[in-house]
Amino acid sequence: MIPSDPRVARPLSPHLQIFRPILTMVMSIAHRITGGALYFGMLIPAVWLVGAASGAEWYDAINRVFASLPGRVVLFGFTWALMHHMLGGIRHLVWDVGYGFEIRSAQWMARATLVGSIGLTALIWLGAWGIGVL
Amino acid sequence: MRMVTPLSRVLGLGAAGTGTEAFWRQRVTSVAAIPLTLFLIFASLYLAGSDHDSAAAFLAHPLVAVTLALTIVVYAVHMRLGMEEIIVDYVHAPGPKFVSIVLNTFYAVAVAAVCLFALLSIAFGN
Repeated sequence: MIPSDPRVARPLSPHLQIFRPILTMVMSIAHRITGGALYFGMLIPAVWLVGAASGAEWYDAINRVFASLPGRVVLFGFTWALMHHMLGGIRHLVWDVGYGFEIRSAQWMARATLVGSIGLTALIWLGAWGIGVL
Repeated sequence: MRMVTPLSRVLGLGAAGTGTEAFWRQRVTSVAAIPLTLFLIFASLYLAGSDHDSAAAFLAHPLVAVTLALTIVVYAVHMRLGMEEIIVDYVHAPGPKFVSIVLNTFYAVAVAAVCLFALLSIAFGN
Protein backbone atom coordinates (compact mmCIF):
# COMPACT_ATOMS: atom_id res chain seq x y z
CA MET A 1 0.00 0.00 0.00
CA ILE A 2 1.33 3.43 -0.93
CA PRO A 3 1.09 5.89 2.01
CA SER A 4 -1.22 8.79 1.25
CA ASP A 5 0.27 12.25 0.92
CA PRO A 6 -0.40 14.02 4.24
CA ARG A 7 -0.07 17.44 2.58
CA VAL A 8 -3.28 17.04 0.63
CA ALA A 9 -6.03 19.09 2.25
CA ARG A 10 -8.65 16.58 3.27
CA PRO A 11 -12.05 17.20 4.82
CA LEU A 12 -11.85 17.13 8.60
CA SER A 13 -14.37 15.48 10.85
CA PRO A 14 -17.02 17.92 12.11
CA HIS A 15 -15.90 19.79 15.19
CA LEU A 16 -17.37 21.96 17.96
CA GLN A 17 -18.89 24.65 15.77
CA ILE A 18 -20.91 22.09 13.80
CA PHE A 19 -22.77 20.49 16.69
CA ARG A 20 -25.63 21.89 18.73
CA PRO A 21 -24.30 22.31 22.27
CA ILE A 22 -25.53 19.58 24.60
CA LEU A 23 -25.00 19.35 28.34
CA THR A 24 -22.43 16.54 28.37
CA MET A 25 -20.41 18.32 25.69
CA VAL A 26 -20.54 21.66 27.52
CA MET A 27 -19.46 19.92 30.75
CA SER A 28 -16.55 18.32 28.90
CA ILE A 29 -15.44 21.73 27.62
CA ALA A 30 -15.98 23.23 31.07
CA HIS A 31 -13.74 20.52 32.55
CA ARG A 32 -10.90 21.54 30.27
CA ILE A 33 -11.46 25.28 30.78
CA THR A 34 -11.61 24.97 34.58
CA GLY A 35 -8.46 22.82 34.45
CA GLY A 36 -6.67 25.49 32.41
CA ALA A 37 -7.91 28.22 34.75
CA LEU A 38 -6.72 26.30 37.82
CA TYR A 39 -3.33 25.82 36.15
CA PHE A 40 -2.79 29.59 36.17
CA GLY A 41 -4.85 29.95 39.36
CA MET A 42 -2.15 27.99 41.20
CA LEU A 43 -0.28 31.30 41.26
CA ILE A 44 -2.80 32.39 43.94
CA PRO A 45 -1.77 29.84 46.61
CA ALA A 46 1.86 30.34 45.51
CA VAL A 47 1.72 34.10 46.08
CA TRP A 48 -0.21 33.59 49.30
CA LEU A 49 2.29 31.04 50.71
CA VAL A 50 5.25 33.23 49.77
CA GLY A 51 3.47 36.10 51.54
CA ALA A 52 2.96 33.98 54.65
CA ALA A 53 6.65 33.02 54.57
CA SER A 54 7.75 36.65 54.15
CA GLY A 55 6.41 37.95 57.44
CA ALA A 56 3.37 39.74 58.82
CA GLU A 57 3.68 42.85 56.64
CA TRP A 58 3.63 40.94 53.36
CA TYR A 59 0.99 38.58 54.64
CA ASP A 60 -1.34 41.42 55.61
CA ALA A 61 -0.76 43.24 52.32
CA ILE A 62 -1.62 40.12 50.30
CA ASN A 63 -4.67 39.44 52.43
CA ARG A 64 -5.87 42.99 51.75
CA VAL A 65 -5.67 42.30 48.02
CA PHE A 66 -7.65 39.07 48.45
CA ALA A 67 -10.20 40.86 50.64
CA SER A 68 -10.87 43.53 47.99
CA LEU A 69 -13.85 43.05 45.69
CA PRO A 70 -11.79 42.01 42.63
CA GLY A 71 -9.76 39.72 44.90
CA ARG A 72 -12.90 38.07 46.19
CA VAL A 73 -14.33 37.66 42.70
CA VAL A 74 -11.12 35.87 41.65
CA LEU A 75 -11.13 33.68 44.78
CA PHE A 76 -14.81 32.86 44.24
CA GLY A 77 -14.05 31.88 40.64
CA PHE A 78 -11.08 29.82 41.81
CA THR A 79 -13.31 28.01 44.33
CA TRP A 80 -15.93 27.23 41.69
CA ALA A 81 -13.33 26.08 39.14
CA LEU A 82 -11.74 23.81 41.77
CA MET A 83 -15.07 22.27 42.78
CA HIS A 84 -16.22 21.89 39.18
CA HIS A 85 -12.95 20.28 38.10
CA MET A 86 -13.00 17.97 41.14
CA LEU A 87 -16.57 16.77 40.50
CA GLY A 88 -15.92 16.57 36.74
CA GLY A 89 -12.84 14.51 37.56
CA ILE A 90 -14.86 12.13 39.74
CA ARG A 91 -17.23 11.73 36.77
CA HIS A 92 -14.24 10.79 34.61
CA LEU A 93 -13.04 8.29 37.23
CA VAL A 94 -16.49 6.66 37.18
CA TRP A 95 -16.19 6.33 33.39
CA ASP A 96 -12.63 5.00 33.77
CA VAL A 97 -13.85 2.05 35.82
CA GLY A 98 -16.51 1.33 33.21
CA TYR A 99 -19.72 2.81 34.56
CA GLY A 100 -22.03 5.66 33.56
CA PHE A 101 -21.85 5.37 29.78
CA GLU A 102 -25.62 5.15 29.23
CA ILE A 103 -27.01 8.44 27.93
CA ARG A 104 -29.26 8.87 30.95
CA SER A 105 -26.42 8.30 33.45
CA ALA A 106 -24.04 10.55 31.51
CA GLN A 107 -26.64 13.31 31.50
CA TRP A 108 -27.41 12.77 35.17
CA MET A 109 -23.71 13.00 36.06
CA ALA A 110 -23.31 16.13 33.94
CA ARG A 111 -26.18 17.80 35.80
CA ALA A 112 -24.85 16.59 39.16
CA THR A 113 -21.43 18.07 38.33
CA LEU A 114 -22.91 21.48 37.57
CA VAL A 115 -25.39 21.54 40.47
CA GLY A 116 -22.82 20.05 42.83
CA SER A 117 -20.07 22.53 41.92
CA ILE A 118 -22.39 25.50 42.42
CA GLY A 119 -23.73 23.96 45.65
CA LEU A 120 -20.28 23.22 47.10
CA THR A 121 -19.01 26.69 46.16
CA ALA A 122 -22.03 28.29 47.84
CA LEU A 123 -21.53 26.05 50.89
CA ILE A 124 -17.84 27.01 51.21
CA TRP A 125 -18.54 30.73 50.91
CA LEU A 126 -21.54 30.54 53.24
CA GLY A 127 -19.26 28.69 55.65
CA ALA A 128 -16.68 31.47 55.35
CA TRP A 129 -19.41 34.01 56.01
CA GLY A 130 -20.79 31.90 58.87
CA ILE A 131 -17.46 31.73 60.72
CA GLY A 132 -17.02 35.45 60.16
CA VAL A 133 -14.04 35.56 57.83
CA LEU A 134 -15.78 37.34 54.97
CA MET B 1 16.52 6.45 8.94
CA ARG B 2 14.30 4.42 11.19
CA MET B 3 14.18 0.79 10.18
CA VAL B 4 10.58 0.26 11.20
CA THR B 5 7.41 0.22 9.17
CA PRO B 6 4.76 2.89 9.91
CA LEU B 7 2.53 0.13 11.28
CA SER B 8 5.01 -1.21 13.80
CA ARG B 9 5.85 2.35 14.80
CA VAL B 10 2.31 3.05 15.97
CA LEU B 11 1.48 -0.40 17.33
CA GLY B 12 1.54 -0.34 21.11
CA LEU B 13 2.85 3.17 21.50
CA GLY B 14 0.45 5.19 19.37
CA ALA B 15 0.96 8.59 17.80
CA ALA B 16 2.18 10.12 21.07
CA GLY B 17 5.25 7.88 21.07
CA THR B 18 4.83 6.91 24.70
CA GLY B 19 2.69 4.43 26.56
CA THR B 20 -0.10 4.77 29.09
CA GLU B 21 2.14 6.25 31.78
CA ALA B 22 0.73 9.78 31.46
CA PHE B 23 -2.85 8.49 31.49
CA TRP B 24 -2.25 6.41 34.59
CA ARG B 25 -0.35 9.14 36.43
CA GLN B 26 -3.17 11.59 35.67
CA ARG B 27 -5.69 9.15 37.22
CA VAL B 28 -3.58 8.43 40.30
CA THR B 29 -3.02 12.14 40.99
CA SER B 30 -6.74 12.86 40.44
CA VAL B 31 -7.71 10.25 43.05
CA ALA B 32 -5.15 11.67 45.48
CA ALA B 33 -6.35 15.20 44.75
CA ILE B 34 -9.89 14.57 46.02
CA PRO B 35 -9.15 14.27 49.78
CA LEU B 36 -6.26 16.74 49.45
CA THR B 37 -8.57 19.33 47.89
CA LEU B 38 -11.13 18.89 50.67
CA PHE B 39 -8.34 19.47 53.19
CA LEU B 40 -7.17 22.52 51.23
CA ILE B 41 -10.67 24.02 51.48
CA PHE B 42 -10.76 23.36 55.22
CA ALA B 43 -7.27 24.85 55.68
CA SER B 44 -8.13 27.90 53.54
CA LEU B 45 -11.25 28.61 55.60
CA TYR B 46 -9.23 28.34 58.80
CA LEU B 47 -6.44 30.55 57.44
CA ALA B 48 -8.80 33.16 56.02
CA GLY B 49 -9.63 34.24 59.55
CA SER B 50 -6.10 34.17 60.98
CA ASP B 51 -3.50 36.84 61.52
CA HIS B 52 0.06 36.11 60.47
CA ASP B 53 1.19 34.47 63.72
CA SER B 54 -1.67 32.00 63.99
CA ALA B 55 -1.52 31.30 60.22
CA ALA B 56 2.20 30.54 60.48
CA ALA B 57 1.63 28.35 63.56
CA PHE B 58 -1.11 26.42 61.71
CA LEU B 59 1.04 26.01 58.56
CA ALA B 60 3.98 24.87 60.69
CA HIS B 61 2.03 21.99 62.22
CA PRO B 62 3.57 18.79 60.78
CA LEU B 63 0.25 17.31 59.64
CA VAL B 64 -0.76 20.53 57.91
CA ALA B 65 2.66 21.17 56.38
CA VAL B 66 3.01 17.61 55.06
CA THR B 67 -0.56 17.47 53.73
CA LEU B 68 -0.18 20.80 51.94
CA ALA B 69 3.22 19.74 50.56
CA LEU B 70 1.63 16.57 49.18
CA THR B 71 -1.18 18.66 47.71
CA ILE B 72 1.33 20.86 45.90
CA VAL B 73 3.24 17.91 44.46
CA VAL B 74 0.05 16.13 43.37
CA TYR B 75 -1.38 19.31 41.82
CA ALA B 76 1.89 20.09 40.03
CA VAL B 77 2.13 16.63 38.44
CA HIS B 78 -1.58 16.67 37.54
CA MET B 79 -1.61 20.16 36.04
CA ARG B 80 1.55 19.55 34.05
CA LEU B 81 -0.03 16.46 32.45
CA GLY B 82 -3.34 18.23 31.88
CA MET B 83 -1.75 21.23 30.18
CA GLU B 84 0.43 18.93 28.08
CA GLU B 85 -2.75 17.24 26.85
CA ILE B 86 -4.22 20.63 25.95
CA ILE B 87 -0.99 21.65 24.18
CA VAL B 88 -0.77 18.53 22.01
CA ASP B 89 -4.45 18.93 21.13
CA TYR B 90 -4.13 22.51 19.87
CA VAL B 91 -0.47 23.19 19.04
CA HIS B 92 0.46 21.12 16.01
CA ALA B 93 3.60 22.79 14.61
CA PRO B 94 6.57 20.79 15.96
CA GLY B 95 8.63 23.80 17.10
CA PRO B 96 5.96 25.68 19.09
CA LYS B 97 4.68 22.36 20.43
CA PHE B 98 8.12 21.39 21.73
CA VAL B 99 8.67 24.83 23.28
CA SER B 100 5.22 24.87 24.93
CA ILE B 101 5.70 21.40 26.40
CA VAL B 102 9.07 22.38 27.89
CA LEU B 103 7.74 25.72 29.22
CA ASN B 104 4.78 23.84 30.70
CA THR B 105 7.15 21.60 32.65
CA PHE B 106 9.19 24.61 33.79
CA TYR B 107 6.03 26.34 35.04
CA ALA B 108 4.72 23.32 36.96
CA VAL B 109 8.10 22.66 38.60
CA ALA B 110 8.59 26.36 39.41
CA VAL B 111 5.16 26.69 41.07
CA ALA B 112 5.81 23.54 43.10
CA ALA B 113 9.32 24.69 44.10
CA VAL B 114 8.11 28.13 45.22
CA CYS B 115 5.20 26.69 47.24
CA LEU B 116 7.31 23.97 48.85
CA PHE B 117 10.08 26.40 49.75
CA ALA B 118 7.56 28.79 51.34
CA LEU B 119 5.97 25.93 53.29
CA LEU B 120 9.31 24.60 54.55
CA SER B 121 10.48 28.07 55.40
CA ILE B 122 7.36 28.59 57.56
CA ALA B 123 7.57 25.11 59.07
CA PHE B 124 11.22 25.52 60.09
CA GLY B 125 10.63 29.03 61.41
CA ASN B 126 12.11 31.08 58.54
